[in-house]
Amino acid sequence: MTLMPVILFVIFVAAVLALSFYFGNKTKSAKGYFAAGGQIHWSVNGIAFAGDYLSAASFLGICGMIATVGYDGFLYSIGYLAGWIVALFVVAEPMKRLGKYTFTDALDSKFNSKGIQLFAAISTLIVSICYLIPQMVGAGSLVTPLLGLSHSVGVIMVGSIVIFIVATAGMASTTYVQFLKGGLLIIFSTILTVAIFVRGTSTEPDQGGKVPFYPYKTVQLLETSSGVASADSTCRFVGGIEEISGLHFVRVRYNDLEPGWWIVKKDPATGMQTAEETQWVVQKEDGAVWINGRPASEENQLRQVGNMTQIDGKTGETGSVGPFKFLADLGSSESTVKRWKEVTFSKNEDNVTVYAPVYTAGNKIMRPGLKFKVEGTPLQKMEFISLMMALFFGTAALPHILIRYYTVPSQACARKSTIVAIASIGFFYILTLYMGLGAMTNGVVNLTDNNMSAPLLARSFGVFLFSMISAIAFATVLGTVSGLIVAASGAIAHDLLDRFGGLNMDDKQQVNVGRLAAFSVGLIAIILGIIFKGMNVSFLVGWAFAVAASANLPAILMLLFWKKTTAKGIAWSIVVGIVAAIGIILLSPDMYVRYGLPRDAAPIPFGQPGIISIPLSFITLIVVSLLTQPKVQKASS
Amino acid sequence: MLHKPAVQEGTDHAVAYKMRLGMIMFLIYAVVYAGFVAINVLSPILMEARVLLGLNLAVVYGFGLIVFALFLALIYNAMCVKKEKLLNTNDKNGKEGDQ
Repeated sequence: MTLMPVILFVIFVAAVLALSFYFGNKTKSAKGYFAAGGQIHWSVNGIAFAGDYLSAASFLGICGMIATVGYDGFLYSIGYLAGWIVALFVVAEPMKRLGKYTFTDALDSKFNSKGIQLFAAISTLIVSICYLIPQMVGAGSLVTPLLGLSHSVGVIMVGSIVIFIVATAGMASTTYVQFLKGGLLIIFSTILTVAIFVRGTSTEPDQGGKVPFYPYKTVQLLETSSGVASADSTCRFVGGIEEISGLHFVRVRYNDLEPGWWIVKKDPATGMQTAEETQWVVQKEDGAVWINGRPASEENQLRQVGNMTQIDGKTGETGSVGPFKFLADLGSSESTVKRWKEVTFSKNEDNVTVYAPVYTAGNKIMRPGLKFKVEGTPLQKMEFISLMMALFFGTAALPHILIRYYTVPSQACARKSTIVAIASIGFFYILTLYMGLGAMTNGVVNLTDNNMSAPLLARSFGVFLFSMISAIAFATVLGTVSGLIVAASGAIAHDLLDRFGGLNMDDKQQVNVGRLAAFSVGLIAIILGIIFKGMNVSFLVGWAFAVAASANLPAILMLLFWKKTTAKGIAWSIVVGIVAAIGIILLSPDMYVRYGLPRDAAPIPFGQPGIISIPLSFITLIVVSLLTQPKVQKASS
Repeated sequence: MLHKPAVQEGTDHAVAYKMRLGMIMFLIYAVVYAGFVAINVLSPILMEARVLLGLNLAVVYGFGLIVFALFLALIYNAMCVKKEKLLNTNDKNGKEGDQ
């Protein structure tokens, strides 16, 4: 544990708590608590949008995905940003015009319907909780290396700070925390990106001289009458070639260490076979862990990976490069990137994970196809379209984003703050491509957790940048979780208890109940963050987008643009949107694998619901609305 | 009793204009976005083609979508501000605006 990240972290938390305390004394009314008094300046609100929206999934997840699958990760950046167009052109001003504190208010503005109040609040809660869990799990994972605390202590600490932020001053303190974090994230991501350009690209990256480049060994493999033999005396083969998960491996004893699994490749032109060194982890029957032929220890960990073996047909270093040259070099068909494929299997009661090198041409890295099979079956193509639809339509229907429209004084300010958000978020998303590809080519990727790619890339440039990026990543969690808890507490206190439950609370009671709801939701988030420890739950963000796009957006759009929309139509479209989106996901092949069942057993052959659930929700709204037209309107038409 | 907005504003006579303009701009962007998705699905190899400054179509189109979003947003704002000034000033002078 280094001291600088701890100092920066403490400074940041102290600033956040002081801010919350300051605003807490001023927050007495429901309008102050749920909407920051509606007096936030549009430019502050715009950056706060960025702070709210750029969650750990955006920052850590996208950079990590680009670092491992290239351009496919950037598709999320494109889709997430495109969603803001829907927010600006269709949703921003009407939301501001129609609503009061919550997204439900706007939907219910014409009807005063119990059905809308109930189901829109439930939808808000589902989306918020789906978003909250990965943030809390991520918070625990971040705090562990940063402060040397255990996962659960990290989650409790984050939860407590966030509860304090929200319970003291609600939306006011949340806004300024998000503003601070959004601004810092953009500034330091820019610095990190410039550092990547200054360093340039190398076929033997050494993290600026901090970590020597490890030359993986390749030996020629000779087939003999008794099996296979090595042409190199330092490598001895143990047994023959085995096929595992579609790849070929041979066990090799190298440097007198315990034999490992080296990947066997055949040159199609010459027919020559070679075995290339991999990295591997063996979990022994007795629980001991061995890494690369030796017991795991502080010194013996998996090596960080990621480099180019050819840069536009050459080896060596490029020196400093510009932003276009950096991408052009990577995208050349003469460039090659060494990536790593994970293969897991059991051997003699031991659990083995092998990380094997695979070489991908630059032109394949810099276009879609490595993760999303755009050249695959029609079903795989449909999944891709479905994902891009959910990203496009999901943003403008995320409750924790929508409530930010109530913090500014006018519709014009709502519009202007969205434009600031588009500029800052768009700029940041362009940087994600550079940061992700920088990690991919600078030998900093952690094989077991690609989410740490951006902070680890920063570490290769020095402790200060690492400390700042880590502290900001932590702040990212604080900012997003605060926004989510405000949204969820509004749904409980304002939509469910006050309006649906008919409690008709006065201003002070609403604030107190809002605080209590924030405390409860925060507590639930802490518990879920601890329960889901170690699980990759980033797919829950996908759920949140799918539900938001399917349940909320059709309701918002039709309310604004179709005069025959009825309260029952909206309520039913929300229900159908939620059920269809979650139903498809739960019955998808990816989820069946998580249940421990075979992929083929899944009754629905795809996992991205948008292409089905969004139209279904629209159709439901139209049909139910037509069936429930008020009699007066029927007569007049 | 219906629920009123948190902040009460004066009547905005440019609402109908802004909704129509927003929908048109949304559709323009949706078409460009759909074009990106369509190329990826129908002819992914096209995305490898180098089109500008050594960059391939995937990067140029991807960055283009982000920059185009900001470009449209600024135009939209400028048009809205102009219309708001015109119609809402007329309103102050006692004329009826575009509602």
